[in-house]
Amino acid sequence: MKQEGKKRIWKEFQKEIPDDHFFFVRSCIRQSFFPGSEQFLIKLLREELGKDIYEDPRHTTCTGIGYHSDVVPFETIQTVVARHFALATERGYKDILISCVTSFGIYEEIVETWKHFPETLEKTREYLYKATKREFEVPRTILHTSDAVYKFKDEIASRMKYPLIDHRTGEPLKAVEHIGCHYSKMFPKYGVGGAEFPHTLVGMIESWGGEVIDYPERRHCCGFGFRQYLIQADRGYSMSNSKKKFESMEPYKPEFVLANCPGCTMFMDKWQYTIKEQEGKTYGVNGQGIPVLTYEELAGLVMGYDPWDLGVQYHMVQSEPLMDKMGIPYDKDKKYIAKDGSKLEAPKNLINA
Amino acid sequence: MEKESLFNLLKQDVRFEEGFNSCMNCGVCTAICPAAEFYNYDPRKIVDMVQTRDNYTILGLLKSETIWYCGQCMSCKTRCPRGNTPGSIIMVLRLVSQRLGYFVESEKGRQQFAVKRTAGDNILKHGYCVPAYAVDPDKHPEQGPVWEHIYNNLEHMIARAGGELNGKEGPLRRFSPEVMQELKNIFKVTGGQDLFDKIEEYSKKKAAEMGFEFKPDGTDCEYFDYVFTYDSGCHFCDSIMEEEYETGGQEKNMEGISEGNT
Repeated sequence: MKQEGKKRIWKEFQKEIPDDHFFFVRSCIRQSFFPGSEQFLIKLLREELGKDIYEDPRHTTCTGIGYHSDVVPFETIQTVVARHFALATERGYKDILISCVTSFGIYEEIVETWKHFPETLEKTREYLYKATKREFEVPRTILHTSDAVYKFKDEIASRMKYPLIDHRTGEPLKAVEHIGCHYSKMFPKYGVGGAEFPHTLVGMIESWGGEVIDYPERRHCCGFGFRQYLIQADRGYSMSNSKKKFESMEPYKPEFVLANCPGCTMFMDKWQYTIKEQEGKTYGVNGQGIPVLTYEELAGLVMGYDPWDLGVQYHMVQSEPLMDKMGIPYDKDKKYIAKDGSKLEAPKNLINA
Repeated sequence: MEKESLFNLLKQDVRFEEGFNSCMNCGVCTAICPAAEFYNYDPRKIVDMVQTRDNYTILGLLKSETIWYCGQCMSCKTRCPRGNTPGSIIMVLRLVSQRLGYFVESEKGRQQFAVKRTAGDNILKHGYCVPAYAVDPDKHPEQGPVWEHIYNNLEHMIARAGGELNGKEGPLRRFSPEVMQELKNIFKVTGGQDLFDKIEEYSKKKAAEMGFEFKPDGTDCEYFDYVFTYDSGCHFCDSIMEEEYETGGQEKNMEGISEGNT
């Protein structure tokens, strides 16, 4: 079948991703707990691919974690997001590149609400002007950062030094891809492949030489659950959902998990530590944990960037077994270093370390 | 209280209007729901109860444990054959429950005070929901020692990534007073501050009623510790909550109507 025919048949699962000029907004979780990913995204687009990616330092949280844990009203988050749109408008940008899947889903929800209820758009304009004297245009495109990496996956592949292949056996590495629920479950048309066939991470893994595992609970939520994690008494909900996924993927012997959502990346990593502490159970091969990576970390690794500059050491499950299979060299003594280059004490009880 | 008044209150929210078409009770939402697997939770029943438009039934929900079980993954939206969004209906029920003060009548609802004092307050103090320097590792032991390492070495980690903690740009930059004022103004004109104030007001009253120490800010008080950590163990699939489901919470919650909470 010709490519054009395929595109027509799969039309509703396509997403137009602009080639250049992105207005970038950060994720609260990512810039706090694994900032190397956002920093590498900027470097990748700006320095490796020569794209224009602009960040206005005046953009704040979108308030999304507060919104989905129900302490921030819809009118409030609409106006905070409208302020971000105003900053983009003031700088002449039309395409918003969003680092967080929670934010991404919220931007989708807001833009769709404004389409269905035009009075809410007018009300938001009034609120924003009253609060900040700012005005805005609704962006042309709502993009997630994984969309951008997906768009340029083949350029990344052409610069690859360490493909997703076990260099000792020549076999492709087996990957679990986990798409954050808010990427496309709410508004499928905003995601590459929609809600039924999300292809963003699959495209990257296959382009970079790996093999994607299909397993029964592949589309199950990681369990973050917003208030279900924020409140200590409720965290059993969060861990139980991750555990359900780990048990489902275990028989397929995944060598890493690739996630596109900050919360999923965090919880599918950290709950492996908690389950190991509580039950002594791990889900990877040979009693190891399964490293959970962001798509920027993975892009940086296959391109040969220093893994510690990418920040892969800031997860609980360490990536050395994966890097050994890929043939990536690393210096263990340089994992945790201070600004002056001196060695910092490593965290205790890391998995796979 | 006039019949349907609570239903009409819910209906004023566009998310309710958008997410609530006629439900045929097929239960697909419950089948796919991650919360329904672990909690005594059934979104099909909740939508059906809202669909009755009955004031007492909806009042029961506003005071119930069950509206706080959803994790807002929104998987229900993808699957509903009639385009309903039970997750959005839950969001509206929760908002109304907080605005009218009913949230303090349930164990899970009372937890909203801790959400407000952490993620909520972070927004207006720092401009972020969960900046690493404001997330106490002692309250997140299950995150493992790497979190504590990040907390203690944040400046170095950000520098390693090519940024500057509390700098003018990049990860965890410090926002100027002008930016923070814009954010506060938005909360003031859109009702965000008002919701924060209501959560505080009703929680303070409840803390006094329950005999817990309460402080005007921060997380260092008995009431915060209580709502943040207490679990009665009555929330799971095999627990005693079935009785409340069967009555729609009506019998237990009828007395609230005369308390002037509306």
